Amino acid sequence: MTQRNLTAYWTGFVVVLAVLAVAPFVLPEFWRRFVTEILIWGLLAMSSDILIGYTGMVSFGHSAFFGLGMYGAAAALLTVRPPNLWLAIVYGLVGAAAVAVFVAFFATRLRDIYFSITTLVFSQIFYVIIFTWTEVTGGENGLTFRQPPLSIPFVWSQPFTPVTLHWFVLAVVAASYLILRRVTQSPFGMVLQSIRENEARTRAIGYPVERYKIVAVMLSGLFAGLAGVLYALQNRFAAPDFVFFLISGEVVIFNVMGGMGTLVGPVAGAAFFFLLREGFSRFFTEYYLIPVGIIFTLMVIFVPQGLLGFARRALNR
Amino acid sequence: MIPIDQILIQAINGIVSGMILALVASGLTLIFGIMDVVNFAHGELFMLGAYMGVITLATTGNFWLALLLACLIIGLLGAALQVVALRPLLGRDPLTTILATFGISLVLQNYALWQFGPVARKIQEPFTGHFRLFHLDYPYYRIVIAVLSAAIIGGLYLFMKYGKYGIWIRATTQDRVMASAMGIPVPWVHTAVFAIGAAMAAASGVLFGPLVGVNHAMGLDLILRAFIVVVVGGMGNLGGSILAAIFISLLEAFASIWVSPAQAVIVSFVVLILTLLIRPTGLFVPTPK
Amino acid sequence: MLSLEGVHSHYGKSHILHGVSIRVERGEVVGLLGRNGVGKSTTLKTIMGLVRPSEGRITFEGRDITGQAPHRLARIGLGYVPEDRRIFRLLTVLENLRTGLDRPDVAEARRTELLEKVYASFPVLRERRNQAGGTLSGGEQQMLAIARAMMLEPKIVLLDEPTEGLMPRMVSQIREIINVLHRDGVAILLVEQNVPMTLEVCDRVYIMEKGTVRHHGPAAELRRNPAIVHQYLGV
Repeated sequence: MTQRNLTAYWTGFVVVLAVLAVAPFVLPEFWRRFVTEILIWGLLAMSSDILIGYTGMVSFGHSAFFGLGMYGAAAALLTVRPPNLWLAIVYGLVGAAAVAVFVAFFATRLRDIYFSITTLVFSQIFYVIIFTWTEVTGGENGLTFRQPPLSIPFVWSQPFTPVTLHWFVLAVVAASYLILRRVTQSPFGMVLQSIRENEARTRAIGYPVERYKIVAVMLSGLFAGLAGVLYALQNRFAAPDFVFFLISGEVVIFNVMGGMGTLVGPVAGAAFFFLLREGFSRFFTEYYLIPVGIIFTLMVIFVPQGLLGFARRALNR
Repeated sequence: MIPIDQILIQAINGIVSGMILALVASGLTLIFGIMDVVNFAHGELFMLGAYMGVITLATTGNFWLALLLACLIIGLLGAALQVVALRPLLGRDPLTTILATFGISLVLQNYALWQFGPVARKIQEPFTGHFRLFHLDYPYYRIVIAVLSAAIIGGLYLFMKYGKYGIWIRATTQDRVMASAMGIPVPWVHTAVFAIGAAMAAASGVLFGPLVGVNHAMGLDLILRAFIVVVVGGMGNLGGSILAAIFISLLEAFASIWVSPAQAVIVSFVVLILTLLIRPTGLFVPTPK
Repeated sequence: MLSLEGVHSHYGKSHILHGVSIRVERGEVVGLLGRNGVGKSTTLKTIMGLVRPSEGRITFEGRDITGQAPHRLARIGLGYVPEDRRIFRLLTVLENLRTGLDRPDVAEARRTELLEKVYASFPVLRERRNQAGGTLSGGEQQMLAIARAMMLEPKIVLLDEPTEGLMPRMVSQIREIINVLHRDGVAILLVEQNVPMTLEVCDRVYIMEKGTVRHHGPAAELRRNPAIVHQYLGV
């Protein structure tokens, strides 16, 4: 990227960040929450983009990572007193990592459609386990818990306010974005994209494709789990609904609508989806998925590069 | 010790649900085999078929007529969907078809919810009547479902092998480029096959309707098991998916003796995982390619 | 009857044809020679609609057929016999033939007539008519591929390297078939690596190099002047 583009990019980034940080002071509570939720789902979609957009592996199983991040956090917040923020994050990441290992194992053995269907089935496996193992997971009703305070261990502790929670989420998501961006622009990221373009050739050149795929799945799973933790923190409950494969489907919708392979695209896709949902709910109440579904399908056919797809090159320099 | 009569009853139950699953899965695998499309909306075609059955039964009063009409209507719907949404995707990355059909499934599901509401509907069985099976009164209708499903699948097989356009379908499945070069109108063969698959799903929906309530979400559970069956049976392999459907349904039926049906579902997941580990091209495929 | 004007084609990302212009008149046998990879097969594929040209025009009997779908072209008189045959392995020999035979505008009687005619030219196919295509030998599959195209009653047959991988005995059989087709007034566009046979059966020959036509002339001229062939093909 030229120096001019670079400054333009970072300026844009800082502006967006500033706008999002100021949001809680400007927006009514409902919309504030809305923005926070978009950030969380955006993080989930970003994590999914690592697999779909950069490695070319369409996963329909991200709801499993998300769900396990959520339940992991729940586990920490319910079993350890006093509830600790960082422990919740750790538990959540561990939970997501466990699933990721499972998925990664199969990722290396299956290609394309088989992989997609298998990830779909996996998210359902976890759904069924969580749904039926009522003693541990609360079954259908899920788990509720208290929000931990924002704390720097041993130094200081303050309960979250809606505003500070929003900033915390924003900080985590922004940091995640920067980390993921660094990764995708690194040699590692280049290899992933090469795998997406032509796996056989990448392997022929000598790269251990399997290992790269495993790392990609782990990375994707961890950040998805992180999104799950954030969601648990924000809403103070964990429910099996979020592990149902339809959620994975929605994530893929965010990716496609926003633009695969751009990292920010999926966040925009999430925002677009939720805005559409809000908008259509006024007219279609709970049947908003009819017009949204139609728009999604039309986009798959006519605008497959998504909203930000045109900027894909620029965003990846 | 498990009573032998329970095992036999579950065996019959397993075969009955297996045949329904086979009917749905064969349409799915046929569609995949011929045009590399993973039809996510297949469960919704099943569901809409059931709803069409409700409506046509209410208007005509005759179950068999309702069945036929439902198949025709959903077959046409399938053809329309294929022409509008899937033809433009020909030649693109096959994963776009999963996405497109996923989008369609969302639309159809919610459309059904909107049109018919959340309360389940009922389809009346064409005839009641039981025969004595050990300590149970086993409904004749269930046996009829299994037989009818087998008949429909059998009819499909005969059509493909000996029917006038069966050669077109088989040639297109094997080599769509050369089929086209031989004058076979491949785009229309694709549409026809999709319509046939849709009609078969609709038939399952109507047949299955009296056993469960007809509601907008009935396709969700089914599509997952149908996908599992298709992968275990070997994608594109008609015989394989039928065997896989019965195999998995039997295992689940037996598992239901010990665990709840919600948990028995895990059986199909386990079978899938084992298949992917041991014989990814399909458990019932003669030789691994 | 068939003409290509300045046709450019791509295969994936490679630009294979760089402006190909070829003509085939009614009943002619025209050869297309050239080294491996110059675009001979791609030319046939482009004519038959298997590859879409990015530039240029293809006309058949006065009609513009550029980029039309293969199944339409098969119906208006173009037959295609690809390299590596590509018969339907899981269909029987008879079923393979029927893919071309079962056309709506052909009466039952005519179908039987065509079938008999092809069996007469290829007795081995009659013998094996209920065998799966995949069980046939290479030479037999080649016969089947040509016979299958003949079921379309084409006005022109696009033959892609029919003698590749065949024993000399079969090569002369192929030559015989080409003569039979010629006698029946069917035009042929023949892509081949086998230069001697090509020069023998063809009226005119085009020689391609790097995606364009470099030389064009009557086969007789090339028979007299082997140096030209030598120059482009190194044989």
